Amino acid sequence: MERLLLSGNEAIALGACHAGLKLAAAYPGTPSTEILEAIAKFPGIYSEWSSNEAVAVEVALGASYTGVRAMACMKHVGLNVAADAFMAASTTGVRGGLLIVAADDPGIHSSQNEQDSRNYARLGKVPCLEPSDSQEAYDFARTAFQLSEEFDTPVLLRPTTRVCHSKSVVIPSPKLEPARTPEFRHEPGKLVMLPGAARERWHKVLERWEKLAAYTETSALNRVVEGSAELGIVASGIGYQYAREVFPNASFLKLGMTHPLPGRLLRDFAGRVKTLLVIEELEDFIEQSLRSQGIAALGKEIFPRTGEFSPDIIRDSAVKAGIISNAPAKSLPAAGLARRPPLLCPGCPHSGVFFTLSSLGHRSTLPGKKPRTPKMTICGDIGCYTLGAYQPLGVIDTCGCMGAGISQAAGMAKAGAAEKPLAVIGDSTFMHSGINSLLNAVYNQAKICVLILDNGTTAMTGHQGHPGSGVAATGQPAPRVIIEELVRGAGVRNASVVDAFDLKAVRAELRRAMASSELEVIIVRGDCPTLTRKRGRPRVISTEKCDDCGACLLIGCSAIKKSESGGIIVDPGVCVGEYCTLCQQICPKEAISESIGVAA
Amino acid sequence: MKTQNILIVGVGGQGVVLASNLLAEAALAAGYDVKKTDTLGMAQRGGSVVSHLRFGEQVASPLIPAGGADVLIAFEKLEAIRWGHFLKTDGAAVVNDLAMPPLSVTLGSDVYPCDAEIVAALERFTPEVHLVPGTAAASRLGNAKMVNTVLLGYASKFLPIEAEKLASTIEAGLPPKLRQPNLVAFETGRSMYLR
Repeated sequence: MERLLLSGNEAIALGACHAGLKLAAAYPGTPSTEILEAIAKFPGIYSEWSSNEAVAVEVALGASYTGVRAMACMKHVGLNVAADAFMAASTTGVRGGLLIVAADDPGIHSSQNEQDSRNYARLGKVPCLEPSDSQEAYDFARTAFQLSEEFDTPVLLRPTTRVCHSKSVVIPSPKLEPARTPEFRHEPGKLVMLPGAARERWHKVLERWEKLAAYTETSALNRVVEGSAELGIVASGIGYQYAREVFPNASFLKLGMTHPLPGRLLRDFAGRVKTLLVIEELEDFIEQSLRSQGIAALGKEIFPRTGEFSPDIIRDSAVKAGIISNAPAKSLPAAGLARRPPLLCPGCPHSGVFFTLSSLGHRSTLPGKKPRTPKMTICGDIGCYTLGAYQPLGVIDTCGCMGAGISQAAGMAKAGAAEKPLAVIGDSTFMHSGINSLLNAVYNQAKICVLILDNGTTAMTGHQGHPGSGVAATGQPAPRVIIEELVRGAGVRNASVVDAFDLKAVRAELRRAMASSELEVIIVRGDCPTLTRKRGRPRVISTEKCDDCGACLLIGCSAIKKSESGGIIVDPGVCVGEYCTLCQQICPKEAISESIGVAA
Repeated sequence: MKTQNILIVGVGGQGVVLASNLLAEAALAAGYDVKKTDTLGMAQRGGSVVSHLRFGEQVASPLIPAGGADVLIAFEKLEAIRWGHFLKTDGAAVVNDLAMPPLSVTLGSDVYPCDAEIVAALERFTPEVHLVPGTAAASRLGNAKMVNTVLLGYASKFLPIEAEKLASTIEAGLPPKLRQPNLVAFETGRSMYLR
């Protein structure tokens, strides 16, 4: 018997592949990214990085209309972007099975919120499956395609970070069927949502709903694990695994399908146990449904409704509520330790422009000096460059959702802000939705300054391609959309390109653009060092010339640090040398140079 | 066998995830049920990285409870104390003698603890604290990046998986040209264990 050790994401990919998947589309986003990366390695399946999540769902839906099995993957907030397409898919229904994966991020490991995607299942009247380990991730991905075709609906698979990024044992089942041959059938009543047809379709959606509600009562996706009648626990997702550790003797109703919920099964289970607990991460989704059916259960009044669960959190909550009493002595973490927040990498092309913004905008101060009142308003966006918000750079003033920075800056300008607002956006985010905001800024004559930080990849999630990268999801070369051509084509008259590692040019261009009364776009271009992996000769700081002023520390480069004797040094193990030279350019004492011929 | 809990910690880029993947594959090959989980995402950018590995007859949660780790393997000293409270009272801490001061230390707003403080912080949880000159040993072998394998070799003394099985998994999990040097690094780590 084959036993594989797979992450939840790898298991979803393999399950979909074994179900005869023909097409997969995604926009990268933690914790979902590795699903498409795994699929791109399977032969015979078309996979793509779509320019955004709405596009990904539309591409997958189009494929489904031809009768083949298709899927779209995204992180939870990606489903906000894709919501319109998701509702369209729910309304028309499908031909080939359509799986939509939205990976939630309880605890906000790498996101801007921790919204609960199950609410979209409720909105779209779409079934929602929640795997609790990799075996279920594999099994549920397969089942999702069958359900999708049987009930004429997209299926939402909702793993969470801990399921996506945990490895556990998967025993694969035989492959279901090979991918089908695509064939489109004309059926306007199903696929053309003019009001007349749409009204009809929504009745069908409601009928589908009734059938799904009957199906979930007897589905193997939901199962009872018999135990003590004293304590019954309704649980889903990773919360189920934690609950099994904390309450080894309890009875469980383990829900794999959390929408629609099996009302009769829940009532039966509730009637057989003395105390009923609901353990689910994030919202009281299951609990609310129980309440609405008049079933008394303890849930969010005991367990947190924010953050990621763990066995410790569940145990502590249960002890506090008096459900268990035998609490072991608790180990507490050491207090007052230096934090280790994520940083821009050594050689990052964002460091120089952020250093310049920081100095022009009075954001950072030399060690020991008094901070100044910040100048400039800098609307940020989502990507590695959001890390520019941390000290010593401190150059991001807003960050909320993909593509928002340019529109926010435009809004500030139109509201009458005294200073010309500035927007900072990465190349992938610009392709995702920033371009829409730029079109709006051109059309409405917003006098703002837009910096497009072009490092040629979607760096934050691990170097996925996008329309401006020249690389397809499979790693093959792809046509490249040239950002400056796109920007000029959108009607921007003042667009320039500067080298991210030429600090003088960056500063001059920023000064010029900020002083201009026009819409200005500056494309700051420089390769992502963790993608190119180019390593030059490391820089070295002359102990004779260096007077420890600390100016180089203000770049926030992790290669520059204090030595054990207190002086400032460059770590030769991580410095990228001539591919960066930012520290060399800013040192007022010219104490930094190439390491050749200089005594370290 | 009771479920074994191994916590591997370090700094983004140090190879924490690779090391725990290798151990997990070895546990799988030994026939155990295995679960492991990593903190990824933002932590890749030089942040704190922690990997939980559990194996035994049947494992439910991939996360180790605080106070539940049989072995803590730390590739960096500050990270060792950050996660020290996960150690069992009879657990073992195998700590690489390497300091990577965070930016806040460089900028002067935080202090990096000295070795005595680090050992004392870990001894709050267990007497079995091993500060191992792993980076130095790996550098002597010609590649400081092999510190992971040196540490795994050292920690193998505390793991209920045969050393041969671990070594062969390391071999199978690496590209051909890295195999022989890493096997040497593994043996070096094992021989560094002295009581």
